[in-house]
Amino acid sequence: MNVPGGVDGGRTAVPLGLRFLLLTVFSLSLMLVDNRDDHLSRLRQIFSVAVYPIQITVSFPFKAWEVVSVSLSDRVSLLNENAELKSEQLKHEVRLQRMAALEAENIRLRVMLDSSPRVADRVLVAEILAVDLDPYRQRFSINRGLGDGVYVGQALLDANGIAGQIAGVDTFTSEVILISDADHAVPVSVNRNGLRTIAVGTGDSRRLSLPYLTNNADIESGDLLVSSGLGGVFPSGYPVGRVVEVRRQPGQLFAEVVAEPAAELNRDREVLLVWAAEDTKQSTGTTGLAEVEQ
Amino acid sequence: MRDPDTDWVLPLSTFVLALALSVVPLPGVVATFRPDWIPLVIIYWAIVAPERFGLLTAMWLGLAADTLTGSLLGQHALAMLVVGYLCLRFHLRIRIFPVWQMSMSVLFMLAVYEFVLFWVDGAAGRTVPYVERWAPVITGVLLWPLILGTLDRIRQDNKARV
Repeated sequence: MNVPGGVDGGRTAVPLGLRFLLLTVFSLSLMLVDNRDDHLSRLRQIFSVAVYPIQITVSFPFKAWEVVSVSLSDRVSLLNENAELKSEQLKHEVRLQRMAALEAENIRLRVMLDSSPRVADRVLVAEILAVDLDPYRQRFSINRGLGDGVYVGQALLDANGIAGQIAGVDTFTSEVILISDADHAVPVSVNRNGLRTIAVGTGDSRRLSLPYLTNNADIESGDLLVSSGLGGVFPSGYPVGRVVEVRRQPGQLFAEVVAEPAAELNRDREVLLVWAAEDTKQSTGTTGLAEVEQ
Repeated sequence: MRDPDTDWVLPLSTFVLALALSVVPLPGVVATFRPDWIPLVIIYWAIVAPERFGLLTAMWLGLAADTLTGSLLGQHALAMLVVGYLCLRFHLRIRIFPVWQMSMSVLFMLAVYEFVLFWVDGAAGRTVPYVERWAPVITGVLLWPLILGTLDRIRQDNKARV
């Protein structure tokens, strides 16, 4: 019955080689279409519903362990943590008080300069699914999808800075590409002097590379890099990383600059999805002006 | 109990398990050595039951893997198709090999699998490291005798109980 290259289980008379050829052509054309543009996003969304149970199941034990470890931790350590958090919150509140005054001043100055006021960005907390994607790329899945209004190219922050952006949206989940992915680049500016450049991922979650700075560029180890807002993906002014190493070689045109991401890319559990200011400009922009007039 | 020649529970559960294991989070260095679970189970089933599992099974599992890992739709499917084809083409020979020779065939097929993935990544212009690509091939081959033994044992037990 099992003649090599012959009949397969009597179900079909099409030779093995021909079936292989047809299916190969099919998957090759799938790849071609998928690589060009996102005509296949509908198909991908349908598949993603089918594999969603697997993602949830794989993620479950890790989530459960978190719950168990919280409920088992003793009273003293919880009280300590509570006290720590309270003092932390107090510090933040003090800083926020000044922030409100500064923000009002900023808006006033911007109105005087006749430039558009910067408005607050809308955010949504998303949980990272404990699922490993391709180990060669810096990507992960989050538990927000189409229903939450997530879109491709949306910026993603964590508590310390910019983490990445949305690379693909499925029905219940989304795929995130981190700023440390080798295929990703963030437009940044040096906070100290406003020098603009681009931070490129390296594939290592603790390193970003700044390849487009000339040897005589004014940059030094310890400089804070913030997002410049150019490119229109990331909101401006959020920390991206800190320069840790500047190597200037006399024979080379460009300096070798390495930065460490501000976001804790390999330790995050939760991230913030940001809706860029343009979406909310209509409403908050006017209230911003009203506040100034008061 | 269940006749292993028509039973769907065992194959289906190995497929789901393989898909789950291929996305279970592992710490950094270990993740590099994560074996290619899905091609391993495809190789097993295509060799022991080629009349039931073949190219279509390989393609569906490949598409599921593409969706799970967010790779190019069709990338894993193509690689699994090649592995499935090699298995079906040579299953009569591979089936009677001693274990070490079988492992060598598995080594070859996993290397082809990784090469197809690598080639598609390169053609699509995605940056991937070169050396780490081959680590799963090694772990996959080392696991093969274990997978073979376990699944053969379960199937024999089922047969004995019929």
